[in-house]
Amino acid sequence: MDYLLSDEQKMIKELAHKIAEEKIRPVAAKYDRSEEYPWDIIKIIAEADLFGLFIPEEYGGLSVNVLNLCLATEELSRACGGIAVCYAASALGTFPIVLFGNEEQKKKYLPDLAKGKKVAAFAITEPEAGSDASAIKTTAKKEGDYYILNGLKHFITNGGDAQVYILIAMTDKTKGARGASAFIIEKGTPGFTFGKKEDKFGIRASSTCELIFTDCKIPKENLLSKEGMGFIVTMKTFDMSRPGVAAQALGIAQGALELAVKYAKERNQFGKSISSFQGIQWMLADMATEIEAARALVYSTARMVDAGIKDVAKESAMAKMFASDVAMKVAVDSLQIFGGYGYMRDYPIEKYVRDAKITQIYEGTNQIQRNIIALQLIKEMAK
Amino acid sequence: MPIQIIVEKCTGCTLCVKVCPFDAIRMVDKKGLTCSGKQAGLTCSGRQAVIDLNKCTLCGACVPACKLKAVVLEKEDKSAPNPSLKDYKGIWVFIEQKNGKIQSVSYELLSKAKELAKKLSCAVSGVLIGNDLDEHLDELIWHGADNIYLVEAPQITNFQDEPYANILIKLIQKYKPEILLCGATAIGRSLISRVAITVKAGLTADCTELDIDPGRKILLQTRPAFGGNIMATIISPNYRPQMATVRHKVMPIMPPDKNRKGKIIRESFNSSVYASRAKLLDIVEEIETLVNLSEADIIVSGGRGMNGAKNFKLLEELAHVLGAAVGASRAAVDSDWMPYSHQVGQTGRTVAPKLYIACGISGQIQHLVGMQSSKIILAINKDPDAPIFKVATYGIVGDIFEIIPALTKKFKEILKK
Amino acid sequence: MNIIICIKQVPETTEVRINPETNTLIREGVKSIINPFDMYAIEEGMRLKEKFGGKTTVITMGPPQAEAALREAISMGIDEAILLSDRAFAGSDTWATSYTLSCAIKKISQFDVIICGKQASDGDTAQVGPGIAAHLDLPQVTYVKKIEEITDKKMRLERLMEEGFEIIETPLPVLLTVVKEINEPRLPSLKGMIRAKQAKIIAWDASDIQAEPSSIGLNGSPTQVVKIFTPAPRKSGQIFQGDTQGVVEKIAELLKKDILS
Repeated sequence: MDYLLSDEQKMIKELAHKIAEEKIRPVAAKYDRSEEYPWDIIKIIAEADLFGLFIPEEYGGLSVNVLNLCLATEELSRACGGIAVCYAASALGTFPIVLFGNEEQKKKYLPDLAKGKKVAAFAITEPEAGSDASAIKTTAKKEGDYYILNGLKHFITNGGDAQVYILIAMTDKTKGARGASAFIIEKGTPGFTFGKKEDKFGIRASSTCELIFTDCKIPKENLLSKEGMGFIVTMKTFDMSRPGVAAQALGIAQGALELAVKYAKERNQFGKSISSFQGIQWMLADMATEIEAARALVYSTARMVDAGIKDVAKESAMAKMFASDVAMKVAVDSLQIFGGYGYMRDYPIEKYVRDAKITQIYEGTNQIQRNIIALQLIKEMAK
Repeated sequence: MPIQIIVEKCTGCTLCVKVCPFDAIRMVDKKGLTCSGKQAGLTCSGRQAVIDLNKCTLCGACVPACKLKAVVLEKEDKSAPNPSLKDYKGIWVFIEQKNGKIQSVSYELLSKAKELAKKLSCAVSGVLIGNDLDEHLDELIWHGADNIYLVEAPQITNFQDEPYANILIKLIQKYKPEILLCGATAIGRSLISRVAITVKAGLTADCTELDIDPGRKILLQTRPAFGGNIMATIISPNYRPQMATVRHKVMPIMPPDKNRKGKIIRESFNSSVYASRAKLLDIVEEIETLVNLSEADIIVSGGRGMNGAKNFKLLEELAHVLGAAVGASRAAVDSDWMPYSHQVGQTGRTVAPKLYIACGISGQIQHLVGMQSSKIILAINKDPDAPIFKVATYGIVGDIFEIIPALTKKFKEILKK
Repeated sequence: MNIIICIKQVPETTEVRINPETNTLIREGVKSIINPFDMYAIEEGMRLKEKFGGKTTVITMGPPQAEAALREAISMGIDEAILLSDRAFAGSDTWATSYTLSCAIKKISQFDVIICGKQASDGDTAQVGPGIAAHLDLPQVTYVKKIEEITDKKMRLERLMEEGFEIIETPLPVLLTVVKEINEPRLPSLKGMIRAKQAKIIAWDASDIQAEPSSIGLNGSPTQVVKIFTPAPRKSGQIFQGDTQGVVEKIAELLKKDILS
C-alpha cells in the first residue's frame, strides 16, 4: 500500500532498509546466539543519522518525528527484532529528556545520544511492579543537594550496556501516583550497579538486566521536570514510544512474511512449488492483509502523535496490541509454511517467532492495552 | 549519427530494448510507416525502436540482438588511415620478471606471439627490463623470441611504474613494433595503461582471444565485458602499436625449442629515464598456507551449504589431497566461515582453473561470473534445482558431507598410485 | 588536502543475464549503480579528508543520468560533484575517457590526491586511472590497499601484489587506484541524503574543459569495437545421483586424467 510518504520519509525507509539488508541480516543469527550487544551495528545506525529521528536539530538530531522513528524501526526489525530494539529502546530512554528536560539536561545528554555515542534506557519495571507500575518501591530520598536512590529495577532493555538511564522512583510514598519522580542517571555512578543479564527466549541481541541502587547519590540537577511528575513523564513517553514498539512488531511480521513467500516459491513438493497450493496461498493472503491493516494503524497513530493531537492513548494501545498480535500470528504461520525446516535453528524463521512474542508483553502487556482501549471507549461513550 | 535504427527494417519486436544495459531504447508509434518485416512474413507491431542518444554509450549490445539487422552502429573511424603505420613491424611481448624470476604468463604470450607472427610474416621480440637477467635469455628465445630488447641497470632491478613506462615508451618510439602484448598482471596492467596513453595507442585489456584479420592484417582482440556476459572484439586500426593484455593461463604455452637462436639487443638510457618519483621501499611477501587462488589449477570451493566454518575442514582435506586451493562463495565469507581473500565471484576473485569443485554453492550469477571460465566444473549440492547445475560439467545431487569425504578418500587412492 | 575522486556509473551487472533462447543479454529494469570499486575510492577520499581536512570532489564522465551516481557520492559525505557530459563524449574508449577526465582535472587545478577505483565492472580494463596519470604526468600507484601515512607532502602506502604487497613512498600530487582490501565503504547518512537531494551539481561540457574535439568521443578513441557477441553458454553436463560410493567412483573415473596431470 502506498502511504504517500514524503521524500524524506522514503529516504529514511530506504536507508534503514539498506542497513537491515547489508549490515544486520548477515549477522542476526550470530548475535542471537552470542547475545553480545551489537555495538558495531549501533555505530552504523548512528552514522546513518537514524538516532537523530527522535532528537531535535539544535541538539544534534534531525527532528522529533514518531512516524520517521517507526519507519526506521520497522525496516531494521525486518532483519532482526533484537538489534532493532536496541535502537528503539534508546528512543524510549531519550524521549523523557526531549519532552521534559531543561536546557542543561538537553545540552548534556542529547548530543551524544544523537550521535549514537551513548544509548539510553528507561527503567520503571520492578519485580513487584510490572503491569501495576504504581507499585514501584525504588525510593529517591532528597538530602540537601542530592537524592539518595535505593531499590531494584529489572527487565530493563539496554540495561547494562546503555550509558544513560531514566529512572522512575518514589520521592513521596504518601502521595501515591503523584509521589513518583523521574531522574536521569549515568552508568558508573557509585551505588548504581547491574544485576544479572537475563537469558532470554528472543530478542537475544539486546541486553535485558537488573539495575541495583544501593545508597546511590545523584545531584538534584538530575531530576527531570518536577517531583511528583514521574508517572506523567512515563505516560507521555509511552505515548511517543508505543508506536515504535508496534513498528518493531510490524517489521518482524513483514520479515517473517517475506521469508515465508520466498521459501514457498523455492520449495517443491508433489512435483510443484508449494506456493501453487491454495492452502498456502490463503495463509499468505491472510498474513499479508493483517500486516497491512497493522501498518495502517501504526502509521496513522504515529501521524496523530506528530500532529500534536493530545489524546492518542486509545489509538496507541490499539496499534501496539494489534501489531504485536499480528506479528506473533504471522511468525508462527510463516514457520508452519517452512515445515520441518522451520523448526531448525539453521533456518532463520524460528527466531522471528521467538522475537515476536515479547512484543505482546512489554511496553504494556496486550491485556493492559485492552484495558486502556476499553476504558477509553467507555469514557467516550459516557459523554 | 553513430548509431541508428533503420526504420523500414524494425518490426518493434523489443529484443533490443531488453538487451540494452543502459535503458536507452524505447518504443514509439511508427505512425503509418511500413516495415519490410511484412514482406519477410513477420508481423509489424506498428511500433519502432528509438535510441536515446543521451543514454546510449555506443556499447553495441543491441546490434547482434536485432535479428533483422535493423540497428547500425558506425564505429569506423572516418579519418584517413595513418600512412606511417607501414613503419611499424613486429610483435613485442613485455617479459615480466619479479625478483629475477620470469613470470609464466610471458612464456604464454611468446607462444601466442609466434602464432600471430606467422600470419604477419614478422619477428617476435621480448622486452626485458631489470638487472642481471642474462641467465633467462636462452629460455625466452626457446619459447619463441627472435629478438630480446634488454635494458638493465641497478636502479630498475624491480618494477616501478614510471621508469619501466619511460623505457618501454622510448623503445617503442625507436623500434616501432606493430603489436605489443603484455600479461594482465598487477604490474602489466598499470604499466601498459600508462604506456598506451603516452604513445596514444589502442589498448585492450584481459583478452581471451587474439587473432589477425586476414584482410587488413590487424590484431583482433576479443575480451569479455559486463562481467563476462558478452564478448567484444576490438581493433585499433589507426594507431600503433596495437596493445593487448592477456591474463595468466588463458593462452597455452608451447613447448620450448632448444634449437632456436635469437638476437640480444642491449639498450641503455640516460639515468633520468630510470628515475621514479615514487620510491619502492620494501617488498613484503605473504606466504599463504593454502595455495594461491589465482595460480591454482584445481580449486575446491564452499558455499552456504557448508553450514559452518568448521565444515570447511572437509574441503581443506580434499584440497590438500588434490594440491588445490580453497575458495568460498560470498555467502560463506559474509558468514565469517572463510576470509575474504578466498572469495570467488563478482566482488571477489575471478578464477579459471582446470577444475573447479563447487560444494554447497547454489550458483548465483554473482558467483558464476567469478568461475564460469573454469575448464571443468564439478558441482555438489543437495538441491537438484540449484542453478549451478546448469553450468556444471558434472553434477552430483547429494549430501556434501557424505560425498566430499568419499571423494577425498577416492582421490587419495588414485593419486597414490 | 584537495582530493579528487573519479567515479563511473555502471549497470548493476548482477542483474544482467543471458536469455538462453535468444542467446542475448536480458536487462530487466537494471539499476545503475556506482561502480563497486569506486565506492572504496570515495570512502578512502572521505577518510583522508576526515584525517587531514580539506575538500573532496567527485567527478564522472557520462550521460545525464550519471548525475544520480554523483548524488549518491554526496550522500556519503562528498563535498562537491562535477558531471562531464556532452554528446561528443559518447563512444569514448579508455584513451578518450582518461583524456576527458584529465582535462577536467586540469580545470580544477588544485589537487593533492586523485583516487580511482581499480577497474569498472562493465569494462574491466583498469586503464583509465593510469591513463589519467599519464595525461597529467603524475606519479601513479595502482592497487593501493592501505595508505599508511602522509607527512610533508609525501605519502607512504601499501600496494597489493599477487604474492604479498609493496611499500611505496610517493610525493604528492599522486594518482591512486584502490582495491577492496583498503576499507569498508560507509553507508549514506540521512543528512547526507538530504544534502544530496538539494545539491547543485556542476556540469561541464567539452568546451568548458577545453577538450580537443579530435581527442574525445569516437574520434579520440584508438580502439573500436567491431563485434559484440554472446559467448556460447556453458551447457549443463551430466548429473549424478544415488549411492555415494557409486557416484564417487564414476566422478573419479571422469576426472582422473585431469587431476593426475
